[in-house]
Amino acid sequence: MPSIILGRLVSLILSLIAASIVIFLVLEVVPGDPAQFMLGLNATPEATAALRTALGLDGPLLERYFTWVLGLLHGDFGISYTYKVPVSGLIADRIWISLPLAIYALALSTLIAFPVGILAAVRRNSATDVGIMGATQVGLAVPNFWFAMLLVLLFSITLRWFSAGGFPGWQDPLLALKALTLPAVALALPQASILARVMRSSLLDTLGEDYIRSARAKGLSQGQTLWRHALRNALIPVLTIIGLQFSFLLAGAIIIENVFFLPGLGRLVFQGITSRDLIVVKSVVMLLVFAVILVTFLVDITYALVDPRLRRATR
Amino acid sequence: MRRSLVVLALAGALAMTTAMTPAFAQARTDVKVGLVLEPPSLDPTAEAAAAVDEVLYANVFEGLTRIIADGSVVPALAKSWDISEDGLTYTFHLVEGAKFHDGTDFNADDVKFSLDRINAEGSLNAQKALYASIASVEVVDPATVKVTLKQPDGNLIYNLAWGDAVIVAPESADANKTNPIGTGPFSFKDRVEGDSITLEKNQAYWGTPVKLEGATFKFIADPTAAFAALQAGDVDTFPNFPAPETVAQFQSDPRFRVVIGSTEGETILTMNNGKAPLDNVKVREAIAHAIDRQAIIDGAMFGYGTPIGTFLSPANPDYIDLTAQSNYDPEKSKALLAEAGVTDLTLSLKLPPVEGYARRGGEIIASQLAAVGIKTEVTNLEWAQWLSEVFTDKNYDLTIISHTEPNDIGIFARDGYYFQYNNADFNKLIADLAVTSDPAKRSELTKAAEKNLADNYAVGFLFELAKVGVENAKLKGMWENAPTQATDLTGVSWEE
Repeated sequence: MPSIILGRLVSLILSLIAASIVIFLVLEVVPGDPAQFMLGLNATPEATAALRTALGLDGPLLERYFTWVLGLLHGDFGISYTYKVPVSGLIADRIWISLPLAIYALALSTLIAFPVGILAAVRRNSATDVGIMGATQVGLAVPNFWFAMLLVLLFSITLRWFSAGGFPGWQDPLLALKALTLPAVALALPQASILARVMRSSLLDTLGEDYIRSARAKGLSQGQTLWRHALRNALIPVLTIIGLQFSFLLAGAIIIENVFFLPGLGRLVFQGITSRDLIVVKSVVMLLVFAVILVTFLVDITYALVDPRLRRATR
Repeated sequence: MRRSLVVLALAGALAMTTAMTPAFAQARTDVKVGLVLEPPSLDPTAEAAAAVDEVLYANVFEGLTRIIADGSVVPALAKSWDISEDGLTYTFHLVEGAKFHDGTDFNADDVKFSLDRINAEGSLNAQKALYASIASVEVVDPATVKVTLKQPDGNLIYNLAWGDAVIVAPESADANKTNPIGTGPFSFKDRVEGDSITLEKNQAYWGTPVKLEGATFKFIADPTAAFAALQAGDVDTFPNFPAPETVAQFQSDPRFRVVIGSTEGETILTMNNGKAPLDNVKVREAIAHAIDRQAIIDGAMFGYGTPIGTFLSPANPDYIDLTAQSNYDPEKSKALLAEAGVTDLTLSLKLPPVEGYARRGGEIIASQLAAVGIKTEVTNLEWAQWLSEVFTDKNYDLTIISHTEPNDIGIFARDGYYFQYNNADFNKLIADLAVTSDPAKRSELTKAAEKNLADNYAVGFLFELAKVGVENAKLKGMWENAPTQATDLTGVSWEE
């Protein structure tokens, strides 16, 4: 077991180093000078040069790379070119929107997908199944930003139950949750559709296994078989999908964040790219890479813990 | 029974929320302003971004002078000034009793500090060039400052009204980027990066107190989201509304008022004068005659915009209408191209990321140029790319851009500027203008400069950007026009 962890740990560190080099180099070759962008059309060349120096943009490549990486290791993410505040503070503020939003959307999608997927599997080929499959197909096909606009049109403009966007902060948790509700619903719809379909097919697979027939043969009812045997085994691929969806929701909600003008992590990266606030882009992307690699690492370890076959194979 | 109770409770709750809304509206002393662009940092003396002034100018920071709604310059922290006979010495008499938001007193030392800071070595002031004529700043007494110039500068009083020359205190200047401390009628309260900036009334303000108790600026970049935010009441006003296609809907809704005003944004089809064949005035003239301004205004701007024939706002008293000189005349355009001996012309058209005038306008211009036989290669760029490729490297033939700074005709005289106009007569006019203070002579020189640009078809002059504002019908006192980029809330209040 420790050898597995050690092996995984080495690959985690190598992945991080590789990622940091790629991120750094990609942002180096992006056209556009941050100093020029910040000073605009009327700036004198001297002022632009002065700003480049002030931002530390004119040192040698290698030196700047190591300054950045060493800073990261110390928890120093640098100062945003645009906002002139520490990047770590920006990330900390925004993670409090992106993380709860991702969890909220994931909870919603799971709450919808599980019963719907199970129902479709149990009533295979019935009208219910066909209806559910059709509905999830639509859920997959509808672009979530368009669905988001429809939600705004109905619930914000016509009914005026929710505000059209923005985030009031967590001082009042209920108000904050309310502000995240429409975005979470808009994000959850396609995720729930995927999850429901995976749930259905995974459950159908396990329901066809021999041990299910044995369970039925030893006298368990259909419901008991479903809950005790089929569902547990069917959950493995579903959980994998949920894991993938979570990383996507954390960083990939940019469009929804734009529709609802929420200051989340995705929009921070997006704005960082357009305004050439490269230090923010570098650090946030690095952080997201770290999060994904860490999750994968933990999942690998968990697999080894849970599945005895995996442990034996490496011994 | 139970279910009907629930329904009743829900209905009651709904009725309460709807009943409460108008009651709140009556007593409101705050305003929520929607802006498209978010300020980067909050120091107007170190940032070029117009968004900084759109939040802080006149509200939080004040200069010696100030631009007001009609575009004129009035005294602000300088209550009056004397100009010496030779135009080289300006003596400013400062208001007394003004305080910065952190409680420190405003006096002549702060003025000296602020002006010296602009011209200091390594200064990051984006408009440094505007204050290059200042030789020295001297404190006469706590309420008097003497500014000595290297040469007479007819623009000084106007330039001092820019957001880039606001007065800051030595104690707080460095922290203004995140915690702006000025002398204005509002003080900075709070910022949520990416979302909003909140100001509150400065109870110790030296001048006329404002009627509002507070103001929140919300940053909404997406046009659809801007529409929804106004409709849902999340913001009370959008002074520069980004979705002109929905304006008709607001016009027919009694809850809103649509205000169409003027800006200082000359929108032009920039031609690279330094690059063949655009260095040939005949070719530039041909392009100018190929353009149907009204078709662009209608097609790209939903009808909002005023055609211009030179580089000055039609709202400016010195503006002369020279549009006839570059009227839409495709036949003349073809004839001029033939005369210049140019055949099979292909030009690059590099567009910045502005949905309206640049992207939609670019398509229309490309087809208008095609009609006279000029092919275009259209490239869509993002801002940073546009700045480096077009603005800095001058690697372009044509671009469409709105120059939004007020009274900036002088940029055509700048050495190495991306127009590459390099016209000796024009440069002389601008140099003379800089050292002339007599209003009549200034007007004469400005008009001559306007004519020079039109006569030489320096660029394709398209239209003056309109200011499309949408606001709550009960809100009073927002600026109708935008003589400078600001959201001056000092006169804003709610109808009783």
